[in-house]
Amino acid sequence: MCAAKLVENVRQSFRSGVTKPIDWRIKQLNGIVKLVNENEQLLIQAVLRDIRKPKFETVLSELIVVKNEANHAINNIHQWVQPTYLSKYLHQGFDSIYLQKEPLGVTLIIGAWNYPILLVLAPLVGAIAAGNCAVLKPSEVSSTTANAIAELLPKYLDQDCFPVWQGGIEETTEILDQKFDHIFYTGSSFVGKKVMAAAAKNLTPVTLELGGKSPAYIDKESNIDIVANRITWGKFINSGQTCTSCDYILCHEAVVDEFCKAVKKRILHCFGEDPKQSLDLSRIINDRNFSRIAKLMDDVPSSKLVVGGVRDPSERYIAPTVYRDISMDDTIMQGEIFGPLMPIISVSGHEEAIRIMNSGEKPLAMYVFSNNNKVVDDVLDNVSSGGTTVNDVLMQAAVPNVPFGGVGNSGMGSYHGKFGFNTFTHERPVVQRTQGMEMLVESRYPPYTEKNLSMISWLISEKKGGYCNIL
Amino acid sequence: MKSDDYEKIAQARKAFATGKTKIVSFRKNQLRQLAKFLNENESALCDAIMQDLRRSKMETVLAEIVMTNNAIVNALENIDEWCKDEHQPKALLTLFSNVYIRKEPFGVCLVIASWNYPIALLLIPVISAIAAGNCVIIKPSECSAKVADLLLNLLPKYIDNECYPVVVTDSVHSAQLVENNRFDFIFFTGGTAIGRLIMKCAAEYLTPVVLELGGKNPCFVDKSCDIKTAARRICWGKFLNTGQICLAPDYILCEAEIHDEFVQEVKAVIDNFYGPDAQKSPDYGRIINDRQMSRLVKLLDTNDGKIVYGGKYDKKDKYISPTVVTDVTLNSAYMQQEMFGPILLIMSVANIDEAIETINKLEKPLALYAFSSNRQNIDKLLFSTTSGGVNINDVTMQYTLESLPFGGVGNSGIGNYHGKFGFDAFTHKRAVLHDGTPEALMKVRYAPYSESKLSQSKFLVNKSEKSTGIVGWLKSILGMSILGVVLAYGLHLIFGV
Repeated sequence: MCAAKLVENVRQSFRSGVTKPIDWRIKQLNGIVKLVNENEQLLIQAVLRDIRKPKFETVLSELIVVKNEANHAINNIHQWVQPTYLSKYLHQGFDSIYLQKEPLGVTLIIGAWNYPILLVLAPLVGAIAAGNCAVLKPSEVSSTTANAIAELLPKYLDQDCFPVWQGGIEETTEILDQKFDHIFYTGSSFVGKKVMAAAAKNLTPVTLELGGKSPAYIDKESNIDIVANRITWGKFINSGQTCTSCDYILCHEAVVDEFCKAVKKRILHCFGEDPKQSLDLSRIINDRNFSRIAKLMDDVPSSKLVVGGVRDPSERYIAPTVYRDISMDDTIMQGEIFGPLMPIISVSGHEEAIRIMNSGEKPLAMYVFSNNNKVVDDVLDNVSSGGTTVNDVLMQAAVPNVPFGGVGNSGMGSYHGKFGFNTFTHERPVVQRTQGMEMLVESRYPPYTEKNLSMISWLISEKKGGYCNIL
Repeated sequence: MKSDDYEKIAQARKAFATGKTKIVSFRKNQLRQLAKFLNENESALCDAIMQDLRRSKMETVLAEIVMTNNAIVNALENIDEWCKDEHQPKALLTLFSNVYIRKEPFGVCLVIASWNYPIALLLIPVISAIAAGNCVIIKPSECSAKVADLLLNLLPKYIDNECYPVVVTDSVHSAQLVENNRFDFIFFTGGTAIGRLIMKCAAEYLTPVVLELGGKNPCFVDKSCDIKTAARRICWGKFLNTGQICLAPDYILCEAEIHDEFVQEVKAVIDNFYGPDAQKSPDYGRIINDRQMSRLVKLLDTNDGKIVYGGKYDKKDKYISPTVVTDVTLNSAYMQQEMFGPILLIMSVANIDEAIETINKLEKPLALYAFSSNRQNIDKLLFSTTSGGVNINDVTMQYTLESLPFGGVGNSGIGNYHGKFGFDAFTHKRAVLHDGTPEALMKVRYAPYSESKLSQSKFLVNKSEKSTGIVGWLKSILGMSILGVVLAYGLHLIFGV
């Protein structure tokens, strides 16, 4: 079936009104939970096959998160869909004024390969909760998982409302040519621009979850062992193929030696002498990315290597690798790494760190490690990012009540929890008046008079203290 | 684009980097200065509008001056609240952490206004942008030239010129402004075609946008309505600013049973408002320019439908009389574009279902109106259609409330503003988590992985349908306590501590 026909069919489904009843939406959301519960092993195996992601990571960072999103939506949907009643002016005392929550219509969700289950199903939760239909386009790069999703979804969810569209660049271009009411894209900034340009043709609003170089600043007032534990964890999950991974480290020169030692020790603890033997390390997704990262490694002088530096193309294995004494001009600092390489740049303090961070694009995440609140506040005040965790990494994306999204080059819009619902909702203001009380209204009509002007002006002017407003 | 326009943008970027717009008291001062600007120049602004649009003082004061002032007062009243971090309730995972949403400005924002309400449609978004801590490139429409000139000359005397420069360009250079410069946010009010171009240019830089566009706003009138009241309210909203308002009812879908009576009422109301010759009425405006005049005259000359009132025009005066056209169908030339002029179209429909079918054949409009006392009809209409906003038994009122979001959907726009919605539009909501979790509790997430670590981690992060509210909270506490005891015992066994 061609993309145009597929989208037309989905639009017919939306027009039928089937997605509007809340019970129906809850049923679909329960379908997602059931899909994950009943196919846990199959999904774990699929992701293992695609990217050799260990079961531990797939369960905790994908399957449970999807279920949590769905359950959170089920728990809260009745509240979310309620109209919001708003404050009125005195002269609107007889009016009913509220926001009606409406679905946007037919949406497109394009996933990414690094978290191939999460990045398709978590946005889908928001779309369903808000009453939309959605065409899902899992990443073809993680093809086993894409096929699994394509096979499973129709068994648990209404396939007329939530079809899966598969394919590569050509098929993605074809689907992007269709008219949608919202496009949700996770991926690179490069492709994000193309998605937005395509959306512009139809004035389709977009949510773009992109990437960038997410920095971590390590201040001298830190417990370096704890910092090393947490950064090592966040950096090498999924072999660094995480959009919120700390891409590079800005380490206070007073603690850089200690930090290098601690990270080396930590990598040994987590992955053993020969990390290639560890089952807890995923692999690089494909040859193209492997070559890209290998080139970055080749451009770093061996004198800067702290640990790692080993790779095996036959397995697309790259060892957890740390470099020190990196400078901003080095190749490794010219693009998002998206791999298990940790470059460390020494800085004289948090002011220099701020300058360096602000010399690049706004990142998806920014991390700061310090026990000095003033340092933390300074960094937060002076460096913007999609989100931030202080004294840890990744966690800002793990909590349901805060928006997850980028800013500037790292993206626009957000989701997770209620923010996902809001992303896929049109809040439609409704003002219901009575046809009576015309004498309150007629002074606004021509022929205009100064007297009417003064009176209406006084009546509708917002006063300080808001005494003209009533609930 | 003039070279000093580029300089203004560069200067605004430098000004933002100094951090001065991040200080809330600075923002408040600028807003107070804007209020002063409005207050001290009300006459001059009304005169400029009279020259550009021949719009009466009453309409200008109410729709532009008062509305803009309301936006300032509302922002000043609420900005402290709006800027506050929003703290989030704890979950098991964040028991020892502090989680909040921080409000941050985007940076240098571009606000482009249209010519029909050149003060309000420019300054109200600017107010939101300022309140949110941004620097703003203020771009009035070149079509309302007198107002643009006034703003260019006077605004710098009131507000910080480096942070909020006014840029006036012609239409060619307006395109260059967006193509050649990177902004952190673009707010555009205008036509759909330009909206598309703006978004396309914005895509190049991944700049988020709010687009306040237009469309054909339908107005359903059924037999249960008070026809006199409906006719009055509709004509008021239709002929404001000579129909050059994005919220004007564009076409009426009138139940056949009352169609003729409704048309008679409309004619009577127009006579009442503007007299038999509206060209002589001081309360009736003019078309903005020759291009728009030609467009509207061309429509009148198509002879699609039946002109039952008005249909007169004077090109030299840029005058088109209030005009009513009946026997309009979806294929009529009038129905192929947003009217944006003083021509009221009336289509006869059998009932609400036919009205809904007609509405849904067209693009999603900015506004939807209905005049009815039939609750069922109103609910059906609301349920079966969508639009930016809705007004039942009146028109345009959804624009006037600071507490309501104002914006379109689909072809009528992306995003919204007014009041807190405006502040939010120009704000980046940044999730921040200060993690205070003891390291002992973190061990469950680290490699080397194990089944037992997996079980313990699952316990911490799992959220089932039943674990909410007080029960969930108690479960969390209990769970953490058990976990703490288990870990302490584990540490004791391993390390003898």
